Amino acid sequence: MYVWLWRHLPGGLALKMLQVLVLFLAAVALLMFVIFPWVEPHLPINNVTVPGQ
Amino acid sequence: MSDGTVAVGDAPPPADPPEPPGPPPGGGGGGGRHGREPDPHRVGDLVRMFVRGLGQLLVTAGVIVLLFVVYEVYVTNWFAHREQHRVHQALEQEWSKGELALPESGLAALDGHGIANLYIPRFGEDYAWTIVQGTNDADLEKGPGHYDGTQLPGQKGDFALAGHRVGKGEPFLNLDKLRAGDSVVVETQTTWYVYCVIGAGTDHAACDPSAPGASLSNTYADPSGTKVPGREIVSPSDGNVILPVPSDPAVPAQQATVRYLTMTTCHPKFTAAKRMIVHAVLGRTIPKQAKGNGRYDDTIPAQIKALYTEVGN
Repeated sequence: MYVWLWRHLPGGLALKMLQVLVLFLAAVALLMFVIFPWVEPHLPINNVTVPGQ
Repeated sequence: MSDGTVAVGDAPPPADPPEPPGPPPGGGGGGGRHGREPDPHRVGDLVRMFVRGLGQLLVTAGVIVLLFVVYEVYVTNWFAHREQHRVHQALEQEWSKGELALPESGLAALDGHGIANLYIPRFGEDYAWTIVQGTNDADLEKGPGHYDGTQLPGQKGDFALAGHRVGKGEPFLNLDKLRAGDSVVVETQTTWYVYCVIGAGTDHAACDPSAPGASLSNTYADPSGTKVPGREIVSPSDGNVILPVPSDPAVPAQQATVRYLTMTTCHPKFTAAKRMIVHAVLGRTIPKQAKGNGRYDDTIPAQIKALYTEVGN
């Protein structure tokens, strides 16, 4: 899929690398600010409480 | 030998030129439709594409997992510190205006709101957290949370707190580093409460972080007959540890005589398999100077400052 992406990006090598960098950062931002915060509460790794009364 | 290898390695390219005549029948006829064997090159391409795709997928998954660790350990801390700063500012402002005297009941209405400050000299001068009311996920992303239904600071019974150990500001990251006799300071609008981690003897008037032979497994003998340890590791379902007399369901809050503080966090680090519980007993109470209009002098008293030199960090 990355090969396909690379072939379909317009421009020369430098432009392609810049686009790849932007796409990568966008993907990281999507993960950090949307997907991980959404997934995390469903994972059992962050429970620090005991049942209250 | 090397000749043979090269020959094998080079074999496909020479075989390619004769191919062009091949594809037209293959493409037009739809491959194996004619009952002939599928073109080995086409099968090879498919396998290669599949393996390459799988490899890229796995590498991508690995990167995502790594990013998740970065998120858990760093990014959540940034979020949490921002939230903590916000609740701390709000609490300071209310105190300076003389607002927010903690109600005796109906504390749940303050959910997510700062109610007191927490200091632990063992963790250094920088260790200061505003405790929020409530222990749901949103509360604990702001700082240590006060369990609904447990007592207030300084009250008879149990002032119970929960806090994250890894990420989310990790207020209780080093809870396992607390020693018997260490002081845990809770500042409310009107009063400084100095709790002493159980284990350093029966006299808790002054916390004693250097008590000889003090162990967190030493227990405090509650008048009810229950023995409360300084630290215990319990199952996640053991809600009894935050009862007015920890682990003694027989004593209702009205009959509690000792003023406990209990802190809960996950254990071991990065998992939620168990809970680490630290119990402390109230030692000293230092009232703040009233300044009128519900406001109090919030300079740190000398007795509290002295606690930092006592632990000798």
